[in-house]
Amino acid sequence: MELEKLRFGTELIKRGFAHMQKGGVIMDVTNAEQAQIAEDAGAVAVMALHRVPADIRATGGVARMADPQKITEIIETVTIPVMAKCRIGHILEARALEALGVDMVDESEVLTPADVFFHVDKRQFVTPFVCGARSLGEACRRIWEGAAMIRTKGEAGTGNVVEAVRHMRLITFAIEKVKTMDEGELQQLAMAYTQPYRKLAEAVGNEGIGIGNDEPVFGEYAVDDIAKGLHEVLQEVKKMGRLPVVNFAAGGIATPADAALMMYLGSDGVFVGSGIFKSSDPPHYARAIVEAVENWKDADVVARVSRGLGEAMPGQEIEKLDERLQIRGL
Amino acid sequence: MNIAVIAAQGAVKEHIDAANRALRRLDISGSAFATIKKEEVARSDAIILPGGESTTISKLIHRSSVAEEIKRAAGEGKPVIGTCAGAILLAKHGDEQTEKTQTRLLGLMDITIKRNAFGRQKESFQIPLHIRHIGTFDAVFIRSPAITGTGERVEVLATLDEHVVAARQDNLLALSFHPELTDDTRIHEYFIRMGLEK
Repeated sequence: MELEKLRFGTELIKRGFAHMQKGGVIMDVTNAEQAQIAEDAGAVAVMALHRVPADIRATGGVARMADPQKITEIIETVTIPVMAKCRIGHILEARALEALGVDMVDESEVLTPADVFFHVDKRQFVTPFVCGARSLGEACRRIWEGAAMIRTKGEAGTGNVVEAVRHMRLITFAIEKVKTMDEGELQQLAMAYTQPYRKLAEAVGNEGIGIGNDEPVFGEYAVDDIAKGLHEVLQEVKKMGRLPVVNFAAGGIATPADAALMMYLGSDGVFVGSGIFKSSDPPHYARAIVEAVENWKDADVVARVSRGLGEAMPGQEIEKLDERLQIRGL
Repeated sequence: MNIAVIAAQGAVKEHIDAANRALRRLDISGSAFATIKKEEVARSDAIILPGGESTTISKLIHRSSVAEEIKRAAGEGKPVIGTCAGAILLAKHGDEQTEKTQTRLLGLMDITIKRNAFGRQKESFQIPLHIRHIGTFDAVFIRSPAITGTGERVEVLATLDEHVVAARQDNLLALSFHPELTDDTRIHEYFIRMGLEK
Protein backbone atom coordinates (compact mmCIF):
# COMPACT_ATOMS: atom_id res chain seq x y z
CA MET A 1 0.00 0.00 0.00
CA GLU A 2 1.33 3.44 -0.84
CA LEU A 3 1.01 4.80 2.65
CA GLU A 4 1.87 8.37 1.74
CA LYS A 5 -1.16 8.46 -0.56
CA LEU A 6 -3.53 7.11 2.03
CA ARG A 7 -5.96 9.78 3.27
CA PHE A 8 -8.30 9.63 6.28
CA GLY A 9 -11.20 11.82 7.36
CA THR A 10 -11.59 13.75 4.10
CA GLU A 11 -14.85 15.55 3.49
CA LEU A 12 -15.70 12.91 0.86
CA ILE A 13 -15.20 10.07 3.36
CA LYS A 14 -17.18 11.84 6.07
CA ARG A 15 -20.08 12.87 3.84
CA GLY A 16 -19.86 9.49 2.08
CA PHE A 17 -20.50 7.70 5.36
CA ALA A 18 -23.77 9.61 5.73
CA HIS A 19 -24.74 8.68 2.16
CA MET A 20 -24.60 5.02 3.15
CA GLN A 21 -27.25 5.68 5.82
CA LYS A 22 -29.83 7.03 3.36
CA GLY A 23 -33.23 5.39 3.28
CA GLY A 24 -32.53 3.96 6.69
CA VAL A 25 -33.63 4.25 10.29
CA ILE A 26 -31.18 5.14 13.06
CA MET A 27 -32.40 4.10 16.49
CA ASP A 28 -31.61 5.47 19.96
CA VAL A 29 -30.42 2.74 22.31
CA THR A 30 -29.20 2.81 25.89
CA ASN A 31 -27.62 -0.65 26.18
CA ALA A 32 -26.33 -3.63 24.20
CA GLU A 33 -29.62 -5.51 24.42
CA GLN A 34 -31.54 -2.65 22.80
CA ALA A 35 -28.80 -2.27 20.19
CA GLN A 36 -29.26 -5.93 19.28
CA ILE A 37 -33.02 -5.44 18.88
CA ALA A 38 -32.34 -2.45 16.60
CA GLU A 39 -29.88 -4.36 14.43
CA ASP A 40 -32.21 -7.36 14.16
CA ALA A 41 -35.02 -5.06 13.05
CA GLY A 42 -32.92 -3.63 10.19
CA ALA A 43 -31.65 -0.33 11.65
CA VAL A 44 -28.78 1.15 9.61
CA ALA A 45 -27.08 2.42 12.76
CA VAL A 46 -27.71 2.90 16.45
CA MET A 47 -27.32 6.04 18.56
CA ALA A 48 -25.84 5.22 21.97
CA LEU A 49 -27.01 7.42 24.80
CA HIS A 50 -27.41 7.37 28.55
CA ARG A 51 -31.19 7.85 28.51
CA VAL A 52 -33.67 8.15 25.66
CA PRO A 53 -34.90 11.75 25.21
CA ALA A 54 -38.28 11.09 26.88
CA ASP A 55 -36.42 10.05 30.04
CA ILE A 56 -33.99 12.96 29.79
CA ARG A 57 -37.03 15.23 29.67
CA ALA A 58 -38.65 13.49 32.64
CA THR A 59 -35.48 13.34 34.76
CA GLY A 60 -34.23 16.89 34.20
CA GLY A 61 -30.76 17.95 35.36
CA VAL A 62 -27.67 17.97 33.18
CA ALA A 63 -27.64 15.39 30.38
CA ARG A 64 -24.14 14.36 29.29
CA MET A 65 -22.32 11.99 26.95
CA ALA A 66 -23.10 8.31 27.65
CA ASP A 67 -20.86 6.14 29.81
CA PRO A 68 -17.93 4.90 27.65
CA GLN A 69 -18.43 1.44 29.15
CA LYS A 70 -21.95 1.30 27.69
CA ILE A 71 -20.79 2.67 24.36
CA THR A 72 -18.05 0.06 24.14
CA GLU A 73 -20.49 -2.72 24.99
CA ILE A 74 -22.78 -1.53 22.21
CA ILE A 75 -19.86 -1.31 19.75
CA GLU A 76 -18.88 -4.87 20.64
CA THR A 77 -22.44 -6.15 20.27
CA VAL A 78 -23.56 -4.89 16.86
CA THR A 79 -21.93 -4.91 13.42
CA ILE A 80 -23.75 -1.79 12.15
CA PRO A 81 -22.32 1.70 12.81
CA VAL A 82 -22.57 3.09 16.32
CA MET A 83 -23.17 6.81 16.83
CA ALA A 84 -23.15 8.70 20.11
CA LYS A 85 -24.13 12.15 21.33
CA CYS A 86 -21.89 14.85 22.73
CA ARG A 87 -23.06 18.12 24.24
CA ILE A 88 -23.13 21.17 21.97
CA GLY A 89 -19.67 22.75 21.99
CA HIS A 90 -18.15 20.02 24.17
CA ILE A 91 -14.96 19.45 22.20
CA LEU A 92 -13.58 17.01 24.74
CA GLU A 93 -16.65 14.78 24.86
CA ALA A 94 -16.44 14.70 21.06
CA ARG A 95 -12.76 13.72 21.20
CA ALA A 96 -13.49 11.02 23.76
CA LEU A 97 -16.22 9.58 21.51
CA GLU A 98 -13.81 9.61 18.58
CA ALA A 99 -11.20 7.81 20.69
CA LEU A 100 -13.78 5.15 21.61
CA GLY A 101 -14.26 4.40 17.90
CA VAL A 102 -17.76 5.83 17.55
CA ASP A 103 -18.59 6.00 13.81
CA MET A 104 -20.44 9.33 13.92
CA VAL A 105 -20.80 11.96 16.64
CA ASP A 106 -24.16 13.69 17.13
CA GLU A 107 -23.52 17.15 18.55
CA SER A 108 -26.95 17.24 20.08
CA GLU A 109 -29.35 19.71 21.65
CA VAL A 110 -30.93 16.73 23.44
CA LEU A 111 -28.00 16.88 25.86
CA THR A 112 -27.38 19.99 27.96
CA PRO A 113 -25.23 22.44 25.96
CA ALA A 114 -21.66 22.91 27.20
CA ASP A 115 -21.01 26.15 25.31
CA VAL A 116 -23.55 28.93 24.83
CA PHE A 117 -21.45 30.62 22.15
CA PHE A 118 -20.10 27.97 19.81
CA HIS A 119 -20.50 24.51 18.37
CA VAL A 120 -17.52 22.20 17.91
CA ASP A 121 -15.30 23.00 14.90
CA LYS A 122 -16.00 19.65 13.27
CA ARG A 123 -13.37 20.05 10.55
CA GLN A 124 -10.75 19.20 13.17
CA PHE A 125 -12.05 15.63 13.45
CA VAL A 126 -11.57 12.45 11.42
CA THR A 127 -14.94 11.17 12.67
CA PRO A 128 -17.98 12.60 10.87
CA PHE A 129 -20.61 14.62 12.75
CA VAL A 130 -24.36 14.98 12.49
CA CYS A 131 -26.04 18.10 13.87
CA GLY A 132 -29.60 19.26 14.40
CA ALA A 133 -31.13 22.23 12.58
CA ARG A 134 -34.46 24.06 12.66
CA SER A 135 -33.80 26.34 9.71
CA LEU A 136 -31.62 26.73 6.65
CA GLY A 137 -29.39 29.17 8.57
CA GLU A 138 -28.68 26.63 11.31
CA ALA A 139 -28.09 23.90 8.72
CA CYS A 140 -25.63 26.09 6.75
CA ARG A 141 -23.73 27.04 9.90
CA ARG A 142 -23.34 23.41 10.94
CA ILE A 143 -22.26 22.39 7.42
CA TRP A 144 -19.70 25.20 7.31
CA GLU A 145 -18.38 23.97 10.68
CA GLY A 146 -17.89 20.57 9.04
CA ALA A 147 -21.07 18.56 9.79
CA ALA A 148 -21.32 15.65 7.34
CA MET A 149 -25.00 15.19 7.98
CA ILE A 150 -27.95 17.30 9.16
CA ARG A 151 -31.12 16.24 10.92
CA THR A 152 -34.13 18.27 11.91
CA LYS A 153 -34.18 19.05 15.61
CA GLY A 154 -37.89 18.48 15.97
CA GLU A 155 -38.78 18.27 19.65
CA ALA A 156 -37.11 15.18 21.06
CA GLY A 157 -38.80 12.95 23.61
CA THR A 158 -42.33 14.22 22.94
CA GLY A 159 -43.63 11.59 20.52
CA ASN A 160 -45.07 14.59 18.66
CA VAL A 161 -43.96 14.92 15.04
CA VAL A 162 -45.19 18.49 14.56
CA GLU A 163 -41.84 20.20 15.21
CA ALA A 164 -39.90 17.88 12.89
CA VAL A 165 -42.45 18.68 10.18
CA ARG A 166 -42.12 22.40 10.94
CA HIS A 167 -38.31 22.26 10.62
CA MET A 168 -38.36 20.23 7.42
CA ARG A 169 -40.88 22.63 5.86
CA LEU A 170 -38.86 25.69 6.94
CA ILE A 171 -35.65 24.28 5.45
CA THR A 172 -37.31 23.14 2.22
CA PHE A 173 -39.10 26.44 1.67
CA ALA A 174 -35.92 28.43 2.32
CA ILE A 175 -34.03 26.27 -0.19
CA GLU A 176 -36.68 27.03 -2.83
CA LYS A 177 -36.06 30.74 -2.26
CA VAL A 178 -32.27 30.33 -2.36
CA LYS A 179 -32.59 28.67 -5.78
CA THR A 180 -33.94 31.95 -7.18
CA MET A 181 -31.32 34.24 -5.55
CA ASP A 182 -28.48 35.96 -7.40
CA GLU A 183 -24.89 36.20 -6.10
CA GLY A 184 -25.47 39.52 -4.32
CA GLU A 185 -28.49 38.15 -2.49
CA LEU A 186 -26.59 35.00 -1.50
CA GLN A 187 -23.76 37.10 -0.09
CA GLN A 188 -26.20 39.20 1.87
CA LEU A 189 -27.90 36.10 3.25
CA ALA A 190 -24.53 34.57 4.17
CA MET A 191 -23.68 37.72 6.15
CA ALA A 192 -27.06 37.54 7.95
CA TYR A 193 -26.37 33.89 8.79
CA THR A 194 -23.14 34.89 10.63
CA GLN A 195 -25.17 36.52 13.42
CA PRO A 196 -24.89 33.75 16.09
CA TYR A 197 -21.08 33.72 15.73
CA ARG A 198 -21.00 37.36 16.85
CA LYS A 199 -22.54 36.74 20.28
CA LEU A 200 -19.24 36.38 22.13
CA ALA A 201 -17.74 39.45 20.46
CA GLU A 202 -20.94 41.41 21.19
CA ALA A 203 -20.88 40.41 24.87
CA VAL A 204 -17.29 41.61 25.13
CA GLY A 205 -18.18 44.68 23.06
CA ASN A 206 -20.86 45.61 25.58
CA GLU A 207 -18.06 46.15 28.08
CA GLY A 208 -16.30 48.50 25.69
CA ILE A 209 -13.94 46.28 23.67
CA GLY A 210 -14.81 46.68 20.00
CA ILE A 211 -14.15 43.80 17.56
CA GLY A 212 -14.03 44.32 13.80
CA ASN A 213 -15.40 42.06 11.08
CA ASP A 214 -11.83 41.15 10.08
CA GLU A 215 -10.80 40.04 13.58
CA PRO A 216 -11.19 36.42 14.75
CA VAL A 217 -14.45 35.70 16.59
CA PHE A 218 -14.69 31.88 16.34
CA GLY A 219 -11.33 30.07 16.49
CA GLU A 220 -9.20 31.52 13.72
CA TYR A 221 -12.24 32.81 11.79
CA ALA A 222 -13.34 36.42 11.51
CA VAL A 223 -16.93 37.33 10.59
CA ASP A 224 -15.76 38.01 7.02
CA ASP A 225 -14.25 34.50 6.76
CA ILE A 226 -17.42 32.94 8.14
CA ALA A 227 -19.56 34.92 5.70
CA LYS A 228 -17.35 33.69 2.84
CA GLY A 229 -17.68 30.09 4.04
CA LEU A 230 -21.44 30.35 4.46
CA HIS A 231 -21.68 31.90 1.00
CA GLU A 232 -19.94 28.83 -0.43
CA VAL A 233 -22.38 26.53 1.39
CA LEU A 234 -25.30 28.57 0.00
CA GLN A 235 -23.84 28.34 -3.50
CA GLU A 236 -23.80 24.56 -3.11
CA VAL A 237 -27.40 24.62 -1.83
CA LYS A 238 -28.45 26.68 -4.86
CA LYS A 239 -26.61 24.45 -7.32
CA MET A 240 -27.94 21.18 -5.88
CA GLY A 241 -31.39 22.45 -4.94
CA ARG A 242 -31.03 20.74 -1.58
CA LEU A 243 -28.67 20.62 1.40
CA PRO A 244 -25.23 19.49 0.19
CA VAL A 245 -25.15 16.80 2.89
CA VAL A 246 -27.55 14.01 3.80
CA ASN A 247 -30.59 15.34 5.68
CA PHE A 248 -32.51 13.12 8.11
CA ALA A 249 -35.61 13.76 10.17
CA ALA A 250 -35.50 13.57 13.97
CA GLY A 251 -37.34 14.70 17.06
CA GLY A 252 -40.77 13.33 17.87
CA ILE A 253 -41.16 10.52 15.34
CA ALA A 254 -43.28 7.88 17.10
CA THR A 255 -45.06 5.74 14.51
CA PRO A 256 -44.42 4.13 11.10
CA ALA A 257 -46.76 6.72 9.55
CA ASP A 258 -44.77 9.57 11.19
CA ALA A 259 -41.60 8.15 9.67
CA ALA A 260 -43.25 7.79 6.25
CA LEU A 261 -44.51 11.39 6.48
CA MET A 262 -40.98 12.68 7.03
CA MET A 263 -39.80 10.73 3.97
CA TYR A 264 -42.67 12.24 1.96
CA LEU A 265 -41.46 15.70 3.05
CA GLY A 266 -38.02 15.01 1.58
CA SER A 267 -35.99 13.47 4.42
CA ASP A 268 -33.20 11.12 3.38
CA GLY A 269 -33.92 8.89 6.38
CA VAL A 270 -35.15 8.96 9.94
CA PHE A 271 -33.81 8.99 13.50
CA VAL A 272 -36.16 7.43 16.05
CA GLY A 273 -35.35 8.33 19.61
CA SER A 274 -37.81 7.37 22.32
CA GLY A 275 -40.35 6.09 19.78
CA ILE A 276 -39.13 2.51 19.78
CA PHE A 277 -38.11 1.68 23.33
CA LYS A 278 -40.95 3.68 24.89
CA SER A 279 -43.54 1.76 22.85
CA SER A 280 -45.26 -1.34 24.16
CA ASP A 281 -43.52 -3.71 21.69
CA PRO A 282 -40.05 -2.42 20.69
CA PRO A 283 -38.96 -5.23 18.28
CA HIS A 284 -42.25 -5.01 16.40
CA TYR A 285 -42.21 -1.20 16.34
CA ALA A 286 -38.61 -1.10 15.17
CA ARG A 287 -39.26 -3.42 12.26
CA ALA A 288 -42.47 -1.61 11.29
CA ILE A 289 -40.70 1.76 11.15
CA VAL A 290 -37.89 0.31 9.00
CA GLU A 291 -40.45 -1.08 6.55
CA ALA A 292 -42.45 2.16 6.52
CA VAL A 293 -39.34 4.22 5.68
CA GLU A 294 -38.36 1.95 2.83
CA ASN A 295 -41.90 1.75 1.44
CA TRP A 296 -43.15 5.24 2.30
CA LYS A 297 -44.57 5.69 -1.19
CA ASP A 298 -46.72 2.58 -0.78
CA ALA A 299 -49.68 3.36 1.50
CA ASP A 300 -50.65 -0.33 1.57
CA VAL A 301 -47.36 -1.20 3.24
CA VAL A 302 -47.58 1.70 5.71
CA ALA A 303 -51.11 0.58 6.64
CA ARG A 304 -50.09 -3.07 6.94
CA VAL A 305 -47.07 -2.47 9.18
CA SER A 306 -49.06 -0.07 11.39
CA ARG A 307 -51.70 -2.70 12.15
CA GLY A 308 -51.84 -4.18 15.66
CA LEU A 309 -48.62 -2.52 16.78
CA GLY A 310 -49.78 -1.93 20.33
CA GLU A 311 -49.28 1.35 22.15
CA ALA A 312 -47.08 4.08 20.72
CA MET A 313 -45.00 6.09 23.16
CA PRO A 314 -47.07 8.63 25.14
CA GLY A 315 -47.20 11.96 23.30
CA GLN A 316 -46.91 15.51 24.60
CA GLU A 317 -48.23 18.80 23.32
CA ILE A 318 -45.46 21.25 22.48
CA GLU A 319 -47.27 24.24 24.10
CA LYS A 320 -47.40 22.42 27.43
CA LEU A 321 -43.69 21.60 27.65
CA ASP A 322 -41.59 23.10 30.43
CA GLU A 323 -38.54 23.13 28.21
CA ARG A 324 -38.02 23.15 24.46
CA LEU A 325 -34.77 21.41 23.57
CA GLN A 326 -34.81 22.76 20.02
CA ILE A 327 -33.87 26.31 21.02
CA ARG A 328 -30.45 25.09 22.20
CA GLY A 329 -27.52 25.84 19.88
CA LEU A 330 -28.46 28.13 17.00
CA MET B 1 -29.63 -0.02 -21.85
CA ASN B 2 -31.85 0.16 -18.77
CA ILE B 3 -30.03 -0.20 -15.49
CA ALA B 4 -31.92 -1.10 -12.33
CA VAL B 5 -30.41 0.33 -9.16
CA ILE B 6 -31.77 -1.68 -6.26
CA ALA B 7 -33.32 0.97 -4.00
CA ALA B 8 -33.58 -0.84 -0.69
CA GLN B 9 -31.32 1.53 1.24
CA GLY B 10 -28.03 3.39 0.80
CA ALA B 11 -26.29 5.31 -2.00
CA VAL B 12 -28.98 4.78 -4.66
CA LYS B 13 -29.13 8.22 -6.25
CA GLU B 14 -25.34 8.44 -6.52
CA HIS B 15 -25.28 5.22 -8.58
CA ILE B 16 -28.13 6.43 -10.79
CA ASP B 17 -26.26 9.67 -11.51
CA ALA B 18 -22.95 7.89 -12.13
CA ALA B 19 -24.55 5.28 -14.42
CA ASN B 20 -26.42 7.96 -16.39
CA ARG B 21 -23.22 9.96 -16.84
CA ALA B 22 -21.43 6.80 -17.99
CA LEU B 23 -24.19 6.00 -20.51
CA ARG B 24 -23.94 9.51 -21.97
CA ARG B 25 -20.16 9.32 -22.13
CA LEU B 26 -20.38 6.01 -24.02
CA ASP B 27 -23.16 7.43 -26.19
CA ILE B 28 -25.46 4.54 -25.30
CA SER B 29 -29.17 5.24 -25.06
CA GLY B 30 -31.09 4.25 -21.94
CA SER B 31 -31.06 5.24 -18.30
CA ALA B 32 -30.62 4.10 -14.76
CA PHE B 33 -33.57 4.05 -12.38
CA ALA B 34 -34.28 3.23 -8.74
CA THR B 35 -36.44 0.21 -8.10
CA ILE B 36 -37.27 -2.46 -5.56
CA LYS B 37 -39.97 -4.02 -7.75
CA LYS B 38 -39.40 -7.51 -9.10
CA GLU B 39 -41.07 -6.79 -12.47
CA GLU B 40 -38.97 -3.69 -13.09
CA VAL B 41 -35.78 -5.55 -12.27
CA ALA B 42 -36.88 -8.31 -14.67
CA ARG B 43 -37.23 -5.77 -17.49
CA SER B 44 -33.80 -4.21 -16.90
CA ASP B 45 -30.59 -5.00 -18.79
CA ALA B 46 -28.19 -4.60 -15.89
CA ILE B 47 -28.39 -4.37 -12.10
CA ILE B 48 -26.54 -2.27 -9.52
CA LEU B 49 -26.51 -3.26 -5.84
CA PRO B 50 -25.45 -0.08 -4.02
CA GLY B 51 -23.59 0.38 -0.78
CA GLY B 52 -25.40 0.95 2.48
CA GLU B 53 -25.81 -1.39 5.42
CA SER B 54 -25.71 -5.01 4.24
CA THR B 55 -27.77 -6.21 7.22
CA THR B 56 -30.58 -3.79 6.31
CA ILE B 57 -30.42 -4.25 2.52
CA SER B 58 -30.41 -8.03 2.82
CA LYS B 59 -33.58 -7.99 4.94
CA LEU B 60 -35.36 -5.63 2.58
CA ILE B 61 -34.53 -7.42 -0.68
CA HIS B 62 -35.53 -10.77 0.75
CA ARG B 63 -38.79 -9.46 2.23
CA SER B 64 -39.80 -8.03 -1.14
CA SER B 65 -38.66 -11.09 -3.18
CA VAL B 66 -36.55 -8.86 -5.43
CA ALA B 67 -33.63 -11.03 -4.28
CA GLU B 68 -34.94 -13.98 -6.32
CA GLU B 69 -35.22 -11.77 -9.39
CA ILE B 70 -31.62 -10.55 -9.03
CA LYS B 71 -30.45 -14.18 -8.84
CA ARG B 72 -32.49 -15.09 -11.92
CA ALA B 73 -31.17 -12.11 -13.91
CA ALA B 74 -27.58 -12.90 -12.93
CA GLY B 75 -28.12 -16.49 -14.04
CA GLU B 76 -29.32 -15.23 -17.42
CA GLY B 77 -26.02 -13.40 -17.83
CA LYS B 78 -27.14 -9.83 -17.11
CA PRO B 79 -24.31 -7.78 -15.63
CA VAL B 80 -24.62 -7.20 -11.88
CA ILE B 81 -22.30 -4.93 -9.88
CA GLY B 82 -22.20 -4.79 -6.09
CA THR B 83 -20.32 -2.03 -4.29
CA CYS B 84 -19.40 -2.30 -0.59
CA ALA B 85 -22.59 -3.70 1.01
CA GLY B 86 -23.63 -4.79 -2.50
CA ALA B 87 -20.41 -6.80 -2.84
CA ILE B 88 -21.15 -8.51 0.48
CA LEU B 89 -24.54 -9.60 -0.84
CA LEU B 90 -23.05 -10.97 -4.08
CA ALA B 91 -20.71 -13.28 -2.15
CA LYS B 92 -21.19 -17.00 -1.65
CA HIS B 93 -19.35 -17.04 1.68
CA GLY B 94 -19.51 -14.51 4.50
CA ASP B 95 -17.68 -14.11 7.79
CA GLU B 96 -18.50 -14.26 11.49
CA GLN B 97 -20.37 -10.91 11.22
CA THR B 98 -22.68 -12.06 8.41
CA GLU B 99 -23.29 -15.27 10.36
CA LYS B 100 -23.95 -13.54 13.66
CA THR B 101 -26.43 -11.15 12.03
CA GLN B 102 -27.91 -14.00 9.96
CA THR B 103 -27.48 -11.92 6.83
CA ARG B 104 -28.79 -13.80 3.82
CA LEU B 105 -26.34 -13.47 0.96
CA LEU B 106 -27.31 -13.86 -2.70
CA GLY B 107 -24.38 -16.26 -3.09
CA LEU B 108 -23.80 -15.45 -6.76
CA MET B 109 -20.01 -15.00 -6.77
CA ASP B 110 -17.52 -17.59 -5.66
CA ILE B 111 -15.86 -15.24 -3.18
CA THR B 112 -15.49 -15.05 0.60
CA ILE B 113 -16.15 -11.64 2.06
CA LYS B 114 -15.09 -10.10 5.35
CA ARG B 115 -17.18 -7.19 6.63
CA ASN B 116 -15.54 -4.03 8.01
CA ALA B 117 -12.18 -5.55 7.08
CA PHE B 118 -10.31 -2.25 7.38
CA GLY B 119 -11.90 -1.13 10.65
CA ARG B 120 -14.46 1.40 11.76
CA GLN B 121 -15.37 4.77 10.25
CA LYS B 122 -12.31 6.61 11.60
CA GLU B 123 -10.13 4.07 9.77
CA SER B 124 -12.03 4.67 6.51
CA PHE B 125 -9.75 5.99 3.75
CA GLN B 126 -9.21 7.16 0.22
CA ILE B 127 -6.35 5.88 -1.93
CA PRO B 128 -5.30 5.86 -5.60
CA LEU B 129 -5.93 2.21 -6.46
CA HIS B 130 -4.62 0.37 -9.48
CA ILE B 131 -7.48 -1.56 -11.06
CA ARG B 132 -6.96 -4.03 -13.90
CA HIS B 133 -8.62 -2.95 -17.20
CA ILE B 134 -9.32 0.48 -15.72
CA GLY B 135 -6.12 2.09 -14.42
CA THR B 136 -5.52 4.18 -11.32
CA PHE B 137 -8.74 5.17 -9.59
CA ASP B 138 -9.34 7.35 -6.52
CA ALA B 139 -11.05 4.69 -4.40
CA VAL B 140 -13.12 5.65 -1.34
CA PHE B 141 -13.34 2.92 1.31
CA ILE B 142 -16.04 3.45 3.97
CA ARG B 143 -16.18 0.75 6.66
CA SER B 144 -15.43 -1.43 3.68
CA PRO B 145 -15.42 -5.19 3.30
CA ALA B 146 -12.56 -7.12 1.69
CA ILE B 147 -12.58 -10.26 -0.43
CA THR B 148 -10.55 -12.84 1.50
CA GLY B 149 -11.04 -15.81 -0.81
CA THR B 150 -11.69 -16.25 -4.53
CA GLY B 151 -12.76 -19.31 -6.53
CA GLU B 152 -11.17 -20.45 -9.77
CA ARG B 153 -13.46 -18.53 -12.08
CA VAL B 154 -12.89 -15.24 -10.30
CA GLU B 155 -10.57 -12.66 -11.84
CA VAL B 156 -8.87 -10.41 -9.29
CA LEU B 157 -8.97 -6.79 -10.51
CA ALA B 158 -7.39 -4.95 -7.58
CA THR B 159 -5.66 -5.69 -4.31
CA LEU B 160 -4.69 -3.62 -1.28
CA ASP B 161 -2.06 -5.23 0.93
CA GLU B 162 -3.15 -8.87 1.16
CA HIS B 163 -6.81 -8.05 0.48
CA VAL B 164 -8.68 -8.34 -2.81
CA VAL B 165 -10.85 -5.24 -3.20
CA ALA B 166 -12.20 -5.67 -6.75
CA ALA B 167 -13.08 -8.90 -8.53
CA ARG B 168 -15.01 -10.14 -11.53
CA GLN B 169 -16.66 -13.47 -12.24
CA ASP B 170 -18.15 -13.55 -15.76
CA ASN B 171 -21.04 -11.04 -15.66
CA LEU B 172 -20.61 -10.20 -11.97
CA LEU B 173 -18.48 -7.46 -10.47
CA ALA B 174 -17.74 -6.91 -6.77
CA LEU B 175 -16.01 -3.80 -5.38
CA SER B 176 -15.09 -3.06 -1.76
CA PHE B 177 -15.15 0.68 -2.38
CA HIS B 178 -17.51 3.40 -3.70
CA PRO B 179 -17.00 4.48 -7.33
CA GLU B 180 -20.38 6.27 -7.18
CA LEU B 181 -19.05 8.90 -4.75
CA THR B 182 -16.49 10.39 -7.14
CA ASP B 183 -16.99 12.05 -10.54
CA ASP B 184 -14.88 9.41 -12.29
CA THR B 185 -17.25 7.18 -14.30
CA ARG B 186 -14.71 4.68 -15.69
CA ILE B 187 -15.93 1.81 -13.50
CA HIS B 188 -19.55 2.38 -14.47
CA GLU B 189 -18.44 2.53 -18.12
CA TYR B 190 -16.58 -0.76 -17.73
CA PHE B 191 -19.70 -2.26 -16.13
CA ILE B 192 -21.95 -1.04 -18.95
CA ARG B 193 -19.54 -2.48 -21.54
CA MET B 194 -19.77 -5.84 -19.75
CA GLY B 195 -23.40 -5.84 -20.86
CA LEU B 196 -22.38 -5.42 -24.50
CA GLU B 197 -19.75 -8.16 -24.51
CA LYS B 198 -21.85 -11.13 -25.64
